[in-house]
Parts: sequence; C-alpha cells; structure tokens
Amino acid sequence: MTTTATAYADLPRLISLMTGDDKHQAAAESTVDVLWVLYDRVLDLSPENFHDPGRDRFLLSKGHGPMAYYAVLTVKGFLDEAELADWSSARSRLGHHPDRKRAPGVEISSGSLGHGLPIALGTALGLRARGHSSRVVTLVGDAELDEGSNTEAIVVAARLGLENLTAVVVDNQSSTHGWPGGLARRFEIEGWVTRTVSGRAHEALYDAFTTEHPGRPLAVVAVVEPKG
Amino acid sequence: MPTTLNMRETFLATAEEIVDADPDVAVVLADISAAQLAGVARRHPDRVVNVGIREQLLVSTGAGLALAGLRPIIHTFSSFLVERAFEQIKLDLVHQDAGAVLVSYGSSYDMPAEGRTHQSPGDVALIDSLPCWYVHVPGHPDEARRLLLDSVPGDSRVYVRLSADQNAEPHLGVGFQRVRTGRNGVVLAVGPMLDRVLAASEGLDVTVLYASTIRPFDAAGLRAAVGEVADLVLVEPYLKGTSAHHVSEALRDVPHRLLSLGTLRDTEVRTYGTRADHDLAHGLDAGSIALSLKDFLRP
Repeated sequence: MTTTATAYADLPRLISLMTGDDKHQAAAESTVDVLWVLYDRVLDLSPENFHDPGRDRFLLSKGHGPMAYYAVLTVKGFLDEAELADWSSARSRLGHHPDRKRAPGVEISSGSLGHGLPIALGTALGLRARGHSSRVVTLVGDAELDEGSNTEAIVVAARLGLENLTAVVVDNQSSTHGWPGGLARRFEIEGWVTRTVSGRAHEALYDAFTTEHPGRPLAVVAVVEPKG
Repeated sequence: MPTTLNMRETFLATAEEIVDADPDVAVVLADISAAQLAGVARRHPDRVVNVGIREQLLVSTGAGLALAGLRPIIHTFSSFLVERAFEQIKLDLVHQDAGAVLVSYGSSYDMPAEGRTHQSPGDVALIDSLPCWYVHVPGHPDEARRLLLDSVPGDSRVYVRLSADQNAEPHLGVGFQRVRTGRNGVVLAVGPMLDRVLAASEGLDVTVLYASTIRPFDAAGLRAAVGEVADLVLVEPYLKGTSAHHVSEALRDVPHRLLSLGTLRDTEVRTYGTRADHDLAHGLDAGSIALSLKDFLRP
C-alpha cells in the first residue's frame, strides 16, 4: 500500500481525486461523516477481518456517488490512494456504482436503489441464526426510500426483532414527494428504535449508533444540507 | 417417500427434512406454503421465515442469508418468484454472486381458473437470460425430491420448477436420458411433457430423449442421439423455443431442422378452465403434439 492517508482530514483530498472538485466541495459529500464515524469508531471492520464470517457488515445501499465511500475505504486500508484518480476507467476496479466482486471491502454491489436494506435484513437474520453477535449496518438515502422494497423490509425487520440491524438514512431532502411527519416515523410506527441527528455531528452520530436498542432494529436518520 | 404426494407436497416434506437435518439451510416464504411449513418454522424460527406477501423481500432475504453463509431455499408461485422479483434475482443473487435454490410451484398454467395473473410461461426464459443457473423441470415427485436434495450442497444458483402435471414413472438419471430409440428424428421432452410425447410418438420411428434438467443443456447428449436424420422436436412446458438456441449451438456444424413446441408466444391466452383446456390452446396435448410430429417429420 502506498497510501499515507490515515485520518478524517485526508478525506476531502481523496474525494477530490475522483470528483476533480476542490476540497471544500468534496467535504460536502452527503455521506462522508456518517461513513467516517461508522468505519472509524462503530464497526469492527478492517482488511484483516474482512473474510471473517462473524465480522460486522456495512452495506452501502445508496450506491450512487460512492466517492466518500471509496475515500473512507482508502483511509482504512482497503483501497490504495493511487487507484482513485483512475476510477471508472476500464482498468479500474472502482466504478460509479461499487462492485463487491471487484473492490475490496465492498460488501454488496449496489446502484439500483432499494436493494441494500432488504439484503441487510437477510444477512442480519443469517448472522443471528449462526449465533454471531456482529451487527449489520446499511446506508440508504431519503429518496431511495421511495422504492417500495424498503417498506417491505422495514415492516419485516421489526417483526423479526432484528436488533443486530441498523439502517442509517442520510436525509438530504431529495425525495420527490417527501415524507410528511419525518422519515423516522416510517420506521418508528413499525417498531424500530429511531434517532434523528445531524449527519455532520460526529459525537451525535456515534451516540446514535452505539446506544442500546434491545430487541428492536435501529434507524438513524442523519440529516444533512438539502441537495443543491 | 410415497409417490402419492404430488410434487409440491413432496417438495415441502423434503424441505422440512433438510431444515431439520442441516443447520446451514434456511427456507424463505412469502405466505405461499407457509401453513404447511408452520411446524418446522416453530422449530427453527431464524431459518424458516415467512416474509408475508412481499416477493421482492423474499428474494433479497434469501440473498442476504446466502451472504451470511447460509444456503437459502426460496419458494413461492412461479409468476411471483421469477417475474415479479426479477431484478432481485438479477442483482441480489447473480450480481452479488450469491447462491440460492429457487423453488417455484405453478408452472405455466397449473392454476388455470385463476387466470393470467397466476400463469408463468416465461419463467425459464427469464432465468435463461442470466448466467450460471441450473434449471430443473422435474416430471415426477421422486425427481423433484432427488433434484432438491442434489441442489442443496454448495452455493450454486438453482431454479426448480415444480408442476401439477407429472409423468407416470420417474426417470432419475442425469443429462438427456434416452427413453426410446428410432431413426427418423429426435424428440426432446422436458419434465411433465414426457408421457404425452411418448403417447404422441407411438408408432413413429423416432428417438425420445427426456430432460428433467434443461440447464445446463446436455449438448453432448443431444448430439449423440442425432443420427443420419437431424430432425429435432423440442417439447417444453413453457415458452415455445426457450431452448432452441441451445439446439442450434449443439448442432451448429450439422444441417438440421428444428420444430419447437411449447406455450404460445404470440397470444395472450385468456381462457380459464382446466389444465387440459390450456394444453389444447397451446397445442401441448398428446393429440396436438402427434399432429405436429406427423406434419414436421419426414416419412
């Protein structure tokens, strides 16, 4: 590995290698802080344990705009900084939507919306059946929740009492028809524990992810600036 | 296993045995057949899961279980399993490279009085648009049991298409099995088409091959059965010509003629009635098949 990036402060520079934007714009990626807190402090995930059947799982459901994801995977040692600038070329294993068979550290291939949460439900169920105590976290967008497949999973995850499942919804208010009453209500009414926090506040995100929620799945609504 | 059970009952009894015996196997349901598996679901609540009437989640849950290291059996009616949740099959199974055993009941028109919504003649063609699938079309409950037991080990992607129609006797061999030998052409009967093909070809000098596994396509078996007269008749219980491209590939260097029989592609059949009524509508009853054979084969 030739990467020297080791910290949150490196992320804007790594993202700008892919976007070509300046570092300030790169820092505004909607998912960057959520991803950082998860990989830096919440999930037990590393290149060393990535093939351990009992590892924690992170499923990026919202596969669009994966630059922040690739940047975090680089800082955490899954990817090499040198490959970022060439992303999406025929030579690269990094595309505009991630491919789990090609990119190390990528748990699911995503791009078509509404697949990550339903798959995460199955994985959480499987880990529970196997007796693993690891957790499954999936990141979805507020517009992605338009897909009805998410509604199917929200209901069933709660009925199955999947405590090891967390959905983090990055809310940049981009859903075409909106969510009157707030996004969290969609989860809460089905029996999820919900927490709505700033998607930029690292301590608040950490607390939201790590406070106990026995017997029920957890939905963290991470609110960021409206999509420009 | 007494053969008085039909294919669906045989599948459910076998699935229950497998789940009881193998802690790696999970069954995912979408209400269909959930009542029959209620007992085993109580014994293994994390491995026999009914997601309700949610076919997208049905397939995705199976995929997630596979990614957690389990071997999922995913079951509902063919129309809802393959057609309604096709993107989940394409992306959550194939694109993730997750294995699963999909088991459908309903075939092309097993529930004809229910109308078009419960008919799925296009299921095998849809699965065939994706790489690396085993497709089993058992023609007898004993074959269904054997094929299911064979499908569980490993992490392959398997589609098992159960039907209400069945042949009188099971044929438990692998590949294209030669049931009758003749010199004037080859008729390949898939799954429950066999007995009616045998009746239709009575008195004709033709070889009859039988396939309960249609993917992978046994090109070598077909090639070996073709003699001097390379006239082929494909009789499939789903969309006409679904395997025609494999016949063409198997015989690419042999001048040949091909007749494909199966369900109609150019008509929306709106008849209710019985399976026999639909056999007639699609030309898949023994009498219609006999006429097609006599019309196509050279005397």
